[in-house]
Amino acid sequence: MDTVWQYRNLLFDGTVVTVQLALGSLLLAVLLGLIGATAKLSTNPLWQRLAGSYTTLVRGVPDLVLMMLLFYGGQQLLNDFGEVTGWWDYLEINQFTAGVFSIGFVFGAYMTETFRGAILAIPRGQIEAGIACGMTSMKVFLRITWPQMVRYALPSFTNNWLVLVKATALVSVIGLHDLVWNASTAGRSVREPFTFMFAVLMIYLILTAISDVGLRWMERKYSVGVRKV
Amino acid sequence: MADTTERTFWEYVAYVSEHHSPLDFVLVWDHIDRFLWGTLLTLEITVIALLLGGMLSVPMAIARAHKQRWLNGPIWCFTYFFRGTPLLVQTYLVYYGLAQFDWVRESFLWDPVLSSAWWCALIVFTLNTAGYTTEFLRGSIETTPAGEIEAGRACGMSPLTLMRRIVLPSAFRRALPAYSNEVIFMLHSSVVLSTITLQDILGAGRWLNGRYYLAYEGFVTAMIFYMILVFIISRGFHLWEKHWLAHLRLANDSNGITDSKLAPDRV
Repeated sequence: MDTVWQYRNLLFDGTVVTVQLALGSLLLAVLLGLIGATAKLSTNPLWQRLAGSYTTLVRGVPDLVLMMLLFYGGQQLLNDFGEVTGWWDYLEINQFTAGVFSIGFVFGAYMTETFRGAILAIPRGQIEAGIACGMTSMKVFLRITWPQMVRYALPSFTNNWLVLVKATALVSVIGLHDLVWNASTAGRSVREPFTFMFAVLMIYLILTAISDVGLRWMERKYSVGVRKV
Repeated sequence: MADTTERTFWEYVAYVSEHHSPLDFVLVWDHIDRFLWGTLLTLEITVIALLLGGMLSVPMAIARAHKQRWLNGPIWCFTYFFRGTPLLVQTYLVYYGLAQFDWVRESFLWDPVLSSAWWCALIVFTLNTAGYTTEFLRGSIETTPAGEIEAGRACGMSPLTLMRRIVLPSAFRRALPAYSNEVIFMLHSSVVLSTITLQDILGAGRWLNGRYYLAYEGFVTAMIFYMILVFIISRGFHLWEKHWLAHLRLANDSNGITDSKLAPDRV
C-alpha cells in the first residue's frame, strides 16, 4: 500500500478525469433522455419510430463496441466528410470526447425509458389544468412536468447513474488516462498490479457511496409534499 | 490470368466492395469464421458464467431473504463489492493482479487455471453475475405473498418443502423479467474478454481492423453480431415469460405481459 500512496497524485488525477467523464456523459444522457422521451410520447409516428430504434440499438450493442466505433470510425468519417466538403483539414476525436459521446449516447437511451415512465406517471389532468391556465408548453414543462418528473424518475435515475459510473472504466481501453489506465500503468511499472487494481476498486466504491449520499439529498428535496406513510 | 476487361462476376463484386462500397463486405465475409469463433467464445463464457452464477445465487438469496445471522453480513459485502465496482477492473484484478503474489504463482492452481485468461474471466464473470442475481432474487423471495406461505404451512409442509414447492417457483417467475435484463447485460459486459487477450466477437472485430488498418468493418460486424444475439435472447425470454407468467396476463393483452423494459437492472 506504500507504493499506492507514493502514486497518489497520479491516482487522484485519474479519479478527476473519471468523474469529469461521468458528469459529462450524464449531462448528455439527460439531454438525450429528455429528447427521446418527448419523441416517444409525441403523436408523430416518425419521432416515435426514431426514438424506438434508438433504444433498440442501444439495447442490442455493448457500450465498448459503440465507443470503439465512434473513436476509430467516427474519426475516419469526420475526416472523409471534411475532405469531401473542404470545410476542415484534419480533425481528431480525443478519447475523452469519444467516451462522453458514447457513454452519453448509451445512457441517453436508458434515461429515455426512465423519463418516459416518469412523465406517464404525472396525472394528465395537471397538465391540462396548466394549459387551461394559459401556460405555454414551456411553462407547463418547467412548472408542472419537470418538478414531478424528477421525483418519479429519481429511483431509476439513481440506478442509471451508478451503472454509468462503472461504465466509465471502459474508456481506459481506448487509452483515456483515467483512473483505471493510470492505476494499471503504475501497477505494471512497480510490479504490484493487484495492489493498484484493489485501490481502484476501493475508489469506485467510495464514488458510489458519495453519490448515494447526494442522491438521497435530492430525493428528500424533490419529495417535499409527498405524504410519508 | 484474366485482365480487367474479362474479370469474373465475383472479382467484380470484390472490386466494388473494396473501392466503392462504404464497408468492404467481401473482406468481412472472407473472415467471417473469426467472428463465428468469437461468437462461440462469447456465448461459452457468458452461458457457463450465468449457469454457475445462477446456482451460486440461489442459496445466497435464500440466506439474505431469511436474514441468516452469520451469512447475511458476508453475503451483503460480497454483493456490494461486485455490484459497486466495474467488471473490467475486477477482471484486471484477477488476471493481471494475482501474478503479483509468489504463493499464487507457486500454487497448484496457477498453471491450469489462474494463468489462463479464459479461466480468470469465467471466475470473475461467475462471481459478478452471482452478485447481481442474488440481490434481485432476494427481492422476489421477500415479496412472496404471505398467503402462499401460510397455505403451504397449513398443508403441513416442512420449511424445506415449502421453499422447494412454493417459494422458489413463484420467486423465479417474478424474477424472470429482471433476469432477462441480467442475461443481456452479461452479454454486453462480455466485451471485457477482448481486453484480456481473448478473441470474442469484439476481439475478432479488433483483429480485423488492426490487420487491415480499417476503421469501421470489424466494429460494425461485431455490432451486428451482438444485435442478433440480443434479439434472439429477448425473443426467447419473451416466449418464456408468456409461458411462465401466463397467469398474470390480462385477458385482452395478446402480447404477453411484460415488454422487458430497457433499464440496467444491475444496481
